[in-house]
Amino acid sequence: MTEKQDEDIRIGIFVCHCGTNIGGFVDCEQLAEYATTLPNVAHSEHNLYTCSETGLAAIRNAVKEHNLNRVVVASCTPRTHEPLFRDCVQEVGLNPYLFNFVNIRDQCTWVHMKETDAAFEKAKDLIKMGSAKAAKLEALERIVVDINPIALIIGGGISGMNTAISLSKQGFKTHLVEKEDKLGGRLKSLYKLFPNDQEASAFLEDMTKKVEASKNLTVYTSSKIKSIEGFIGNYNVEIEQNGDIISLNVGAIIVAVGASVFEPTNLFGYDGEKSITQLELENKLKNNEVDANNIVMIQCVGARNEERVYCSSICCMTALKNALIIKEFNPDAHVTILFRDIYTPGIQYEQYFKKARKAGVLFIKYTLEKLPLVDKNEIKVFNEYLGEEILIPYDLLVLSTPLIANNDNSDLAQMLKVPLEENNFFLEAHVKLRPIDFATDGIYICGSAKWPVDITESTTQGLAAASRASRILSHETIEVESSTAYLPEWNKSLCKGCEVCITICPYNAIIKNEDDEIEIIQALCKGCGTCGSTCTKHAIEIKHFNNEQIMAEIIAFGGKIIE
Amino acid sequence: MSYEPTILGFLCNWCSYAGADLAGVSRLQYPPNIRVIRVMCSGRVDPKFVFEALKIGIDGIIVMGCHPGDCHYLEGNYEAEKKFNMLKKFLTFINLDNRIRLEWVSASEGMRFAEIVSEFTNSIKELGPSPLKEDKDLLDKLEAIEMAADSYRIRALVGRERTIIESENVYGEKVPQDKFDNIFNTAIYDEYMRCRILLSLKKNSKSVKVLASELEIDPSEVLEHILILKGSNSITMGEIEGITPIYEYTMEG
Ligand code: FES
Repeated sequence: MTEKQDEDIRIGIFVCHCGTNIGGFVDCEQLAEYATTLPNVAHSEHNLYTCSETGLAAIRNAVKEHNLNRVVVASCTPRTHEPLFRDCVQEVGLNPYLFNFVNIRDQCTWVHMKETDAAFEKAKDLIKMGSAKAAKLEALERIVVDINPIALIIGGGISGMNTAISLSKQGFKTHLVEKEDKLGGRLKSLYKLFPNDQEASAFLEDMTKKVEASKNLTVYTSSKIKSIEGFIGNYNVEIEQNGDIISLNVGAIIVAVGASVFEPTNLFGYDGEKSITQLELENKLKNNEVDANNIVMIQCVGARNEERVYCSSICCMTALKNALIIKEFNPDAHVTILFRDIYTPGIQYEQYFKKARKAGVLFIKYTLEKLPLVDKNEIKVFNEYLGEEILIPYDLLVLSTPLIANNDNSDLAQMLKVPLEENNFFLEAHVKLRPIDFATDGIYICGSAKWPVDITESTTQGLAAASRASRILSHETIEVESSTAYLPEWNKSLCKGCEVCITICPYNAIIKNEDDEIEIIQALCKGCGTCGSTCTKHAIEIKHFNNEQIMAEIIAFGGKIIE
Repeated sequence: MSYEPTILGFLCNWCSYAGADLAGVSRLQYPPNIRVIRVMCSGRVDPKFVFEALKIGIDGIIVMGCHPGDCHYLEGNYEAEKKFNMLKKFLTFINLDNRIRLEWVSASEGMRFAEIVSEFTNSIKELGPSPLKEDKDLLDKLEAIEMAADSYRIRALVGRERTIIESENVYGEKVPQDKFDNIFNTAIYDEYMRCRILLSLKKNSKSVKVLASELEIDPSEVLEHILILKGSNSITMGEIEGITPIYEYTMEG
């Protein structure tokens, strides 16, 4: 290295194996060794899980022992783990902005699994770039914004109702928006609930009463979200109710929009009469309209196939529940369940399965390759265990279909600026670390909007969302990102007063002050950096993403030919 | 071994970077050539970053942001697009415009991210190594372009484009897009030529005729630029060789 080593800068680089997620594809020990050859690097090591307590302790110790003043972790993604490492370096007295993240998992080993040599070279470059930026990092002061202690819950199903009740009980003003004319969501169309056979209508009535009794809670039915703007603590939301627009300002938003039911058009003779869905069966049971003796249910209709790979998770229990209800009404009825796998996790659900078997419900396994064939009065199915085809007579066929994502999810996702996964369900910030949060601060997710879940799980998540949101709402202020735009003292003479920055700032954060100087209001600036790259005189700088830092990254990459 | 290009990506934190992470979570495989610099918004990408990357021989540069209307900061991607269009126009002069790319990738489009990166990498592979690695002449032209793009006139036009087209100017009128494009194209061309003249004179003083043959443009056009450059004190008339004035570069301009 010909570059002059800066005596004052001491970088520590921590290469994470992430179990085998990184370590299984590239040699982390060699990466750590490589890191020591980079300018300003005073220490490097590799850890099995840098985010584990052991890994964090290693960082803390190394900072003390080697007198580090910059820390680089090469591991997963800053989108999930940056806060953790920032906190960690802060604990040993470093400013959190002296930490830099290098993504060698999500954007390296996971996407180049079959080209491990190239992945190794890429990881080296990324570490080099990250380290070059780290050398230029500056300590920043935190910025504080006010929190409006009001919550908005989108969706008045079981999870949304739970969130709303909980938040309002905690004393927060709460708005609950439901697009249909009544609260309850899917619960409205159910008959009994597993595993305790409680009447859904009674349960819903109970919940609705609680909502009505909640003092701080306003319910908007037949209402749609029109627009959402703002940021944590201060979201401006417009709701449309019967053609009227209602404007709200809220501090946190909870997405509880639930899911829709898949309609099995053209599948297994579905006609809504002799071949119906589980949901339609619930309705018939409610009205005591089932007068069939031979009932067959088919599981995984339109699920766990090529088109829809996921397991809807509630259908096994729904089928067992309804089979048992039928058996109870009419013990002589023949109920056969054609399944691919029966999923009944935990003690209670497994007991429920045993109960169904004891009650005489018949279970026959089929495979995706040999789907049951539905005739007018018979179903032909290849019995895996007997190794031969059998005929089952039926007078009612019930199809267990999955919950699918609402088709207006993408509209809401766009307004909230949050992601959807490939099946159009909402995608949480992190499946294990932040399962109820979105990556965007102040917005939370619960219930079947994220994934098909039953009532127990909807309730759990609804309450969890309330708790996550109250973490924010219970504070008068919150610290937000400090990486804002600013006009450094030494650049003031560069500014020619063209005011381009004022016109392009979407947050009106840039003004001309009494001294006729450009001033950037720190609390309003969100740090997009557009003014910095537009400034006609390069006078505006962007903290934590300044020109020098980004240039350092570019130069570190250096256009070296990849071998 | 076949040639492997170097690709630099600028990804906005909220959509494209998240999309790239999703490609990872979904284990989608794409060519390993790309190195990513995370920025908060695509609007953060200063044209000078792109010039720097080109100058040091990076073969392809891709900027990715949220889809129009989806920018986490509302409008940053529109500004990114304006800057990108400007870059494209300039780079067309030296045939390097196909080495830069602007794409929109949302947080849920892991697949789209992987596809775009694959496609872009392959297209750069087909183009071969960046000629800037060897061609000194071309590097000089790029320097002129960088200087032109960095001029107050161009940066101000790019920064004001949306205001000029979308809202009324001081005279209470809106400028239609095609009219703006005309003004803009002329500005880009003129600034490029003037910067080439300046940089050429910086090396050594020359006559209009010599400049004209060097720039491969008409001497009368060179003269027009010379007059403007003289007006801004960027150059002066030095000695006169016979009847031909020789122009020199000054530091003032
Ligand atoms: S945040 Fe993605 S383009 Fe602005």
